[in-house]
Amino acid sequence: MKSPARILIVDDEAIMRDSLTDWLMEEGYEPVAVEDGQKAIKLARTQPWNVVLCDLKMVGMDGIETMKKIKEINKDLPVIIITAYATVNTAVESMKQGAYDYVVKPFDPEEVSHLIRKIISHQELLQENILLRQELKKVYQFRDIVGKNYKMQEIFELIGTVADSDASVLILGESGTGKELIARAIHYSSPRADKPFVSVSCSALPETLLESELFGYEKGAFTGAVKDKLGRFEEANGGTLFLDEVGDMKPETQLHLLRVLQEREIRRLGGTGVIKVDVRIISATNKDLERVVKEGSFRGDLYYRLNVVTIQLPPLRERKDDIPLLAERFLMKYNIKSKKKLEGISPQAMALLVRYDWPGNVRELENVIERAVVITKHPIIQSEDLPANIQNFQESKGVKPKTIKEVEREHILHTLKENRWNISQTSKVLGIDRSTLYKKIRQYGLSPS
Amino acid sequence: MRYIDILPMGDIEPDISNFLSRHLVELFPYEIRNLKPIAKPIYAFNFIRNQYFSSKVLNELVKHTSPDTMKILGVVDVDLYIPIFSHVFGEAHLRGKAAVISLYRLRPEFYGLELNRELLFNRVIKGAIHELGHTFGLTHCLNVNCVMYFSHSIWHTDVKKSSFCEECQRVISPHFILQEET
Repeated sequence: MKSPARILIVDDEAIMRDSLTDWLMEEGYEPVAVEDGQKAIKLARTQPWNVVLCDLKMVGMDGIETMKKIKEINKDLPVIIITAYATVNTAVESMKQGAYDYVVKPFDPEEVSHLIRKIISHQELLQENILLRQELKKVYQFRDIVGKNYKMQEIFELIGTVADSDASVLILGESGTGKELIARAIHYSSPRADKPFVSVSCSALPETLLESELFGYEKGAFTGAVKDKLGRFEEANGGTLFLDEVGDMKPETQLHLLRVLQEREIRRLGGTGVIKVDVRIISATNKDLERVVKEGSFRGDLYYRLNVVTIQLPPLRERKDDIPLLAERFLMKYNIKSKKKLEGISPQAMALLVRYDWPGNVRELENVIERAVVITKHPIIQSEDLPANIQNFQESKGVKPKTIKEVEREHILHTLKENRWNISQTSKVLGIDRSTLYKKIRQYGLSPS
Repeated sequence: MRYIDILPMGDIEPDISNFLSRHLVELFPYEIRNLKPIAKPIYAFNFIRNQYFSSKVLNELVKHTSPDTMKILGVVDVDLYIPIFSHVFGEAHLRGKAAVISLYRLRPEFYGLELNRELLFNRVIKGAIHELGHTFGLTHCLNVNCVMYFSHSIWHTDVKKSSFCEECQRVISPHFILQEET
């Protein structure tokens, strides 16, 4: 249940204070009445209020003066001036000094009731809005990016540094490393956090569609353009535009994008006028963009515009110390989503997770945990709840050779087994002669047993 | 046995008190008692406003209670006001003993319409339940159909029903028991 809105009444007439207090209590509010401006100011300083109802003519400090002082303490606190003297001058004066409104005694009950409800519901909406924004910030700031690995710690620091600027950021990393999460974290830590974060995948759309998606179009620009459409640049105005898989962008769109970044204005397809845009660009790719530039399929000038700051995300196999942390976090997430109460991941299953090399990175780990949460019949996730490729990984590749000799030994043994210890066949497959193979078998102490 | 007393103040048609007692007994778990009418509340008259100050009427009503009075409902036929408002249809002591309703602005004739007893009775019962609801601790309800909705105008009175909404009923029920015990 919501706590009642608190209303501060300032009136030097006891009868007015009592009447207002009684009526506001009947309305379900929590009124407090004081007889002069000094007491009201003291209360405004020490307690939270939703509305102040302040009489205009009071002995000592009058209503306008009291309101000014209250506004110095809290400029957003709405003050309604109550007056028995309905003149245009008093009304104009009180509104000029910052009153939310004024009412003339005796009021029409409907007028005051409506006025107070309007203020309270506006405040509730504002509060809800603030809470939602805080919630969003919480979600994307760093909470969704888990990592104690030193590489991730460096990235967190970098996010904090670049967030305050408008510099373009290029995020590099394999698929599934969380590039969009990093982009969102930068946006929601930046002064643009209250404005939109708009994401576009440059690889998902054909070139012509990508252009209309990015820059919008005007009615009649092409067949099917039956009405004007805002482009992503316009949607993101004031905020951040995230260009995912930017390395897949075709040369013509690259040129168009470069112009926008240089001029800070766009032209819709089929449009003649230019539209100013204020957008921060964060782009991402899993390609080696520098190499693509050298090969000539990505414009160097655009690359340097996009790449003011680079963030290189490590693949999961290079930050294995984060796997238990990530796995526990995903377990928590999918426990909630699936309404389950799994208590954890068994040490054996966790060991398998840590040993696996995760070509699909964090996204793959998340999918594996989601699947395990759904299928497990135990209170703790067991090895058998993991996909076969992860379970088998332990046997086939789990113990990774550390040296060239170890690699050679593993490889020769594996080939011998595959060819049922047929020396001629094995030597052919390995590309060495039989005598060398015998020598290696002796050297590494290999035997069919 | 505890009673809700109905006290006509001034020249009130007897059928109004009888109508109230018949209907209130269905909503409140108390016996209804019609007290002997007393004089119009002249003491509450304000010469400047040409109206009667309802808070003064409430204070007078409390003096007419007896030990077995659970609540007392005054019925007047004068124009009531509280200082902040241009007029009121009634007033009550929130979580207190006394409530008052006025027939003055409930009569269709006040709005230049023809006399209509059925409409008047309909408004009277709504006003009485509303004010008694306050004495049992109910505040104004945001549900326009609930009898505890604040009638800014006679139009709102006509729109709302003469019963509590589910939420108000839920809130008021324990009050009956608690106040019975005290």
